[in-house]
Amino acid sequence: MARTPAKSPAAAKPKADPIPNRERPGEPDRYKASKEELLEFYRQMTLIRRFEERAGQLYGLGLIGGFCHLYIGQEAVAVGLQSALNNDTDSVITGYRDHGHMLAYGIDPKLIMAELTGRQAGISKGKGGSMHMFSVEHKFYGGHGIVGAQVSLGTGLAFKHKYANDGGVCLAYFGDGAANQGQVYESMNMAELWKLPIIFVIENNGYAMGTAVGRSSSEDQLYRRGESFRVPGMQVDGMDVLAVRGAIEEALKWVRAGKGPIVMELKTYRYRGHSMSDPAKYRTREEVQAMKDSSDCIDHAKRELEAMGVSEGDLKKIDKDIRQIVAEAADFAEQSPEPNPEELYTDVLVGTY
Amino acid sequence: MAIELKMPALSPTMEEGTLAKWLVKEGDAVKSGDILAEIETDKATMEFEAVDEGTIAQILVPEGTDGVKVGAPIAMLAAEGEDASAAKPAPKAEEPKEEAPKEEAKPAVPDATTPHQMETAARQLVADVAAAEKAGVDARDPEIPEGTEMVKTTVREALRDAMAEEMRADDRVFVMGEEVAQYQGAYKVTQGLLDEFGDRRVIDTPITEYGFAGVGTGAAMAGLRPIVEFMTFNFAMQAIDHIINSAAKTNYMSGGQMRAPIVFRGPNGAAARVGAQHSQNYGPWYASVPGLIVIAPYSAADAKGLLKAAIRSEDPVVFLENELLYGQSFPVPKLDDFVLPIGKARIAKEGKDVTLVSYSIGVGVALEAAVKLAEEGIDAEVIDLRTLRPLDTETVLKSLAKTNRLVVVEEGWPTCSIASEISAVVMEQGFDDLDAPVLRVTNVDVPLPYAANLEKLALIKADDVVTAAKKVCYKA
Repeated sequence: MARTPAKSPAAAKPKADPIPNRERPGEPDRYKASKEELLEFYRQMTLIRRFEERAGQLYGLGLIGGFCHLYIGQEAVAVGLQSALNNDTDSVITGYRDHGHMLAYGIDPKLIMAELTGRQAGISKGKGGSMHMFSVEHKFYGGHGIVGAQVSLGTGLAFKHKYANDGGVCLAYFGDGAANQGQVYESMNMAELWKLPIIFVIENNGYAMGTAVGRSSSEDQLYRRGESFRVPGMQVDGMDVLAVRGAIEEALKWVRAGKGPIVMELKTYRYRGHSMSDPAKYRTREEVQAMKDSSDCIDHAKRELEAMGVSEGDLKKIDKDIRQIVAEAADFAEQSPEPNPEELYTDVLVGTY
Repeated sequence: MAIELKMPALSPTMEEGTLAKWLVKEGDAVKSGDILAEIETDKATMEFEAVDEGTIAQILVPEGTDGVKVGAPIAMLAAEGEDASAAKPAPKAEEPKEEAPKEEAKPAVPDATTPHQMETAARQLVADVAAAEKAGVDARDPEIPEGTEMVKTTVREALRDAMAEEMRADDRVFVMGEEVAQYQGAYKVTQGLLDEFGDRRVIDTPITEYGFAGVGTGAAMAGLRPIVEFMTFNFAMQAIDHIINSAAKTNYMSGGQMRAPIVFRGPNGAAARVGAQHSQNYGPWYASVPGLIVIAPYSAADAKGLLKAAIRSEDPVVFLENELLYGQSFPVPKLDDFVLPIGKARIAKEGKDVTLVSYSIGVGVALEAAVKLAEEGIDAEVIDLRTLRPLDTETVLKSLAKTNRLVVVEEGWPTCSIASEISAVVMEQGFDDLDAPVLRVTNVDVPLPYAANLEKLALIKADDVVTAAKKVCYKA
C-alpha cells in the first residue's frame, strides 16, 4: 500500500516528495457481521449464482440472445460493496457484466430476467438486453457495453453528488481489462483534482476476455493505478464478502470525509467464460477448479454461518427459496409478451420537434 | 423425476455441434456449476455445466459424436434422492421432440423447453446471403481470368489468407489488436497467424483502442504497414480521433511528405441481438472523410482481393467487414496473387428493369430481392459498391442509364447515409435518366433494439426491397 515515488523527469525534481507524509486511508478490518447480516449476504450471493446459472441455461435454450456475461464467481464483490451503501443517496454504475449488481440492489429478478429474454416487462422494456440495463429509481446507472466508458460516466455521477452536495458517493465498477483504457486515467485525474466522491472499483478477475492481467498490464498491481494522480488504493480479497465489506467501510470513510476518490482493487475470479461464446482456452480447467474448491465465496460464507450455529437445514431452506425465486423469474421471463411493435419508435428522443 | 440434459446452443446461429468429451460418467453425482461435457462447434469449444443437482443416470450420446442437434437429449440426470437406475432414458437420442419420462416434473425446473435457435433478424440476413449464393445469381467478377479454378472459401478464411499472403510478401506488414494472437481472434479472423509469424508481427494489445490506433498510425508514419484490428468497429469510436485526425489528414497537412499507410479493419454493422451499442454501420461516417479509403466487401473473393489491395495502399484504409458474413462461403479464385482495384464497384447481377445498389451484407438482401423480383417479371441489376470512398459513381450512373430506376439498399440508418449520397449523385449527374425518384431501403431510424421482434422490424428485409423496386417500376 505504500506509495511509490512519483516518476518525474530527473532534471525537474530530482527528489520526489516524501510521500509517507501524505494522509492515507486506514487499514481495513474484516467486517464483523452479525449472523443475520451474514445470512443476508449468503442469500444474495446464492441468488446471483442461481440466477446466472439459469441465465446461462436460458441462453443455451435460445431464449437469451446476443452477448451474455455471467457474474458467477464474483458475487462477493457486488454484495459486499453494495451492502454498505446508503441507497437513498449513493449511486452505482458498471460495465456489461451487470446482472449481479442489479440483484445486489434487490431489484426484482423477474424484471432482470425478462430483460434478458427481451420482453416488454423487462427493466429496459426489452430494448436494452443483458449489457444495457438501468434502474434510475435505485440510482443504478447501467449497464454499459463499451469497455471503460462507465468510469468517466461514474465520475460524472460523482460530480453531481458534489455539485448538489447531496452526500452521495458513486461506486464505479470496471474490470482489469478496462483498467487500461485512457479515459479511466483522465477521469481519475479530474476526480482527484476536484475531490469528487467516487470509489473506483476494479473487479480484477484475472482475465480481460482471454488476456491474463500480466499480458495486458505493465503494472499488474492495479490498486496502484491511481498513485500518480495521488488517488490512494487498496487491494482486497474479493472472494471474501466480509473482507470486501470491511474494505469499503474504510473507503467510504475516506470519500465521505471529502478527501477525494479512492481505488479499490477486488481480487476475484469468474468461473465461466468472458461471455457465453468464449471457448476459454486461455486457462486450464485445473485453475478454475482450484479456485472453486478453495476460494468460493458462497462456500466460505456457508462454513462461517455453520460455525455461527446456523444449521444445514436452515441453509437448505434458503437455497430452496432461491431456486423457487429464480424458477419463477425464468418462468415470468419466458411467458411475458414481447414489446409492442410501437416500442420500436419510442424513447429515441424525449421531446417532440 | 429424471431430468433430460439437452444439447445446448452455444451461439445464436448454432444448429448442431460435436460432443467432444464427457467429463462425468454414469453414476457420478453432480451439482450446479459442475462441468459435464465439452461441446465443440466450428468456432469454439465450450464447457457444458450442470444447472440442477443429481446423479448422471445415463449418457445417451457418447463422446466424439458429431452433428448432435441442438435440443437433442444427451444424458439423463436422476434428481437428488432418486435411484439413478430408475431414470429411464429418452427412447431416441436423435429426436429432440421425443418426450422423456418426466412423470413428476420438479417444480423448481419449469422450463424443460427444448432448446431452439435464438430468435434474431440477423438469421434472415444470413439466409438471404446463402439463398442468393445458392441460386447462383451472383455474377463472377470480370477481374478474374476466364477458366480460373474457384475454391469455396469463407469470408473469415479469405481475410486471413489475404493478411497471411501480404505478411509473407512484406516484412513491414504486421497485425495488432485485442485477442488477435493467442486467442486467434475474437471472431477467429486471425486464426493461425501467430503460429506462422510469431509475436513480433502478431500482437495482442490491451483494451486500449485509442492508444493502439495511435501506435499503429505512428508506426505507419514511420514506414511500417500496420493492420489494426478492432474487435468491432463499435469500439473504434474510442479511437476515431486517430483514424480521422491523425491518419486521414497526415498526407495533406504535410504537403505529401508524410504518409499513413495503415489498415483499420474489423466487423461493422448489425450482428445477432447484440443491442444498440454493438450494432452500428460506420460506412457513412468514414466515407464522409477526405483522406480515407473506405472498403466494405460482400463476397469472400472481394474480401480477399480488396484487403490485399488495402494493405498495399499508400493511404489509410478503413476496411469494414461484417460479422454475419464471416461464416458464409463464396468461390474465391485460386491465384497466387489476387488483388482487386480499390474504387471499383462490381455488377453482382445484370438486369435491365431496375438498379439495386448496395454494399456489404445489403448485397445479399438485394440479390435475394432480385430473385423474388424475377418471379414477378422484373429484371433487376444489382451493384455491389465494394468501395464506399472513393465511390464508383460511373458504374452506378451507367446502370441507371440502362434501367432508369434506382433503389439503394443499406444495412444502416437512412439519414446522411451512403444511400443519401447515391441519391444526391444520381440527381446531380443522372437526372435525365431517372424515370422515378430514387428510393432508399435502410434500417429504421432508431438505435437497434435488443428484443427479437423489434430487431426484426428495425433491419432491412428483401421484401421491402421488392416493394421499393416495384414502386419505382410503377408496378406496386
